[in-house]
Amino acid sequence: MKVLVTVKRVIDYNVKVRVKADNTGVDLANTKMSINPFCEIAVEEAVRLKEKGVATEVVVVSIGAKACQEQIRTALALGADRGIQIDTELNLDSLQVAKLLAKVVEEEQPGLVIMGKQAIDSDNNQTGQMLGALTNMPQGTFASELVIENGKAKVTREIDGGLQTVELSMPAIVTTDLRLNEPRYAKLPNIMKAKRKPLVVKAAADFGINLTSSVEVLKVAEPAKRDGGEMVDSVEALVAKLKDEAKVI
Amino acid sequence: MTILLIAEHDNSAVKADTLKAVNAATAIGGDIHVLVAGANCSAAADEAAKISGVAKVLVADNEAYEHQLAENMGLLVSDLGKDYSHIVSPATTTGKNFMPRVAALLDVAQISDIIAVHSEDSFDRPIYAGNAIATVKSSDAIKVLTVRVAAFSEAGTDGSAEVVAVDAVHDAGISSFVSAELTKSERPELGAARVIISGGRGMQNGENFKLLEGIADKLGAAIGASRAAVDAGFVPNDMQVGQTGKIVAPELYIAVGISGAIQHLAGMKDSKVIVAINKDPEAPIFQIADYGLVADLFDVLPELEAAL
Ligand SMILES: Cc1cc2nc3c(=O)[nH]c(=O)nc-3n(C[C@H](O)[C@H](O)[C@H](O)COP(=O)(O)OP(=O)(O)OC[C@H]3O[C@@H](n4cnc5c(N)ncnc54)[C@H](O)[C@@H]3O)c2cc1C
Repeated sequence: MKVLVTVKRVIDYNVKVRVKADNTGVDLANTKMSINPFCEIAVEEAVRLKEKGVATEVVVVSIGAKACQEQIRTALALGADRGIQIDTELNLDSLQVAKLLAKVVEEEQPGLVIMGKQAIDSDNNQTGQMLGALTNMPQGTFASELVIENGKAKVTREIDGGLQTVELSMPAIVTTDLRLNEPRYAKLPNIMKAKRKPLVVKAAADFGINLTSSVEVLKVAEPAKRDGGEMVDSVEALVAKLKDEAKVI
Repeated sequence: MTILLIAEHDNSAVKADTLKAVNAATAIGGDIHVLVAGANCSAAADEAAKISGVAKVLVADNEAYEHQLAENMGLLVSDLGKDYSHIVSPATTTGKNFMPRVAALLDVAQISDIIAVHSEDSFDRPIYAGNAIATVKSSDAIKVLTVRVAAFSEAGTDGSAEVVAVDAVHDAGISSFVSAELTKSERPELGAARVIISGGRGMQNGENFKLLEGIADKLGAAIGASRAAVDAGFVPNDMQVGQTGKIVAPELYIAVGISGAIQHLAGMKDSKVIVAINKDPEAPIFQIADYGLVADLFDVLPELEAAL
């Protein structure tokens, strides 16, 4: 079985973003960029499937400008076999990304697609589900456990009330939650080896898809500031403040 | 302009999330129709009919919708939604699961997690873990929106909408429900609680969460947790507050043994009053707390319970 994994290049999760003074977006110049943490979990899961002999090949795809090849190489160093970069300078919406991925799915015919549940920049939580609809594949979103058996994918999902398990026919899409696995660190020899693994570049413009977004960003602003309050020196003082000043208990 | 709003419910009752999403829809304007899709869900539909501002309730009552599988819901809602100006659902794990399928099937974008409505086509939504707020405008004929319920209050329940059955049955036949393991608790749900007390890695183990329970009982509070506490297995995943867990905005949020990582703050920084208890005076949580207490939680939690 071939597994397709998607990765997105995003601001590193440890970096606090700054909103640009002209309110057109956030300032990403000279900020550390990384593989989206949920995508990293997706890569790890695919590699583990390969190690278990369930998957035969792990193909990693990223959509973005040339710089995202760095994240594809990271995925290759973690154990993916080959990479595809769909090159575009545009800031695409989830729907356009899903349409491009649907073309990749059509060409690659994977038995399973593993994606992050959300990217920590746009926080949309959409692309996997959209790809599912466009390709008529079932989905196991927010997965904390994945078992492939008897030609089906059994996915345990983190839901608001607890956990839910669903069974999906294959090919299927799985989107990862935090508890699915703990990604490994790439070892130096694997990082070297990853440099020689195949990576093909395709132009997004060649896919015959309308890449204009229907959603315009009018403004990006700082959230309302929250000023730090005061320190209290005892439980007694705290309870008094909550009763008399904040009046919340 | 008519809005189709998909109810969050458990077949017997509608959840508070639905009432909050109705308030967001009311801010958009136009008639509001609520879809209750489930199995043996007439009780939930009757409740939905009482929500103030709802003009009509559509009930799709069929086994295919019992667990609101995304594949079936996607087909149903995109079919019913064709003639609406907006399709709205609360950004719960159910809504997040099927709404993007609806949008893709209708070939429109989805705007996730709206926190404010400017007009029928323009909304605010948080990005980068809430460290920036984007104002976006959609030119799609049908706007597919999920609502961050913590940002809206609940609609009233003095309505009396007509209830209409939907006969369409969409069973994609590619997925099935196996089981659910739902956390049972006598306490209020995180999303509905007036007070929340959350524990982090500093709690050291699951057993110590008992220290929070006594306080929660006295305050009628829900109990939450940081990702570190969930990852370590102290408490179940549904208690995680944060960017990628539950987003809450109670009147009072008490963070105990939580450092205040960006991802945790994203889920609670809109609380009205924040209290932090941490033994590290440099913990970032103090920068946003209204009241901070530098102390060992094992000393002060029993004191706090006694003082309430
Ligand atoms: C993609 C991604 C998504 C994430 N999503 C979330 C999310 O949704 N929610 C979330 O919470 N995190 C999330 N995180 C994790 C986040 O980055 C932090 O790692 C996490 O919030 C830390 O949890 P903590 O504060 O409990 O632990 P720590 O950062 O380890 O802090 C523990 C605190 O307890 C204090 N402490 C220890 N012992 C005591 C004591 N005896 N008395 C008093 N204080 C004590 C310490 O001083 C310390 O400040 C996410 C991370 C990533 C990468």
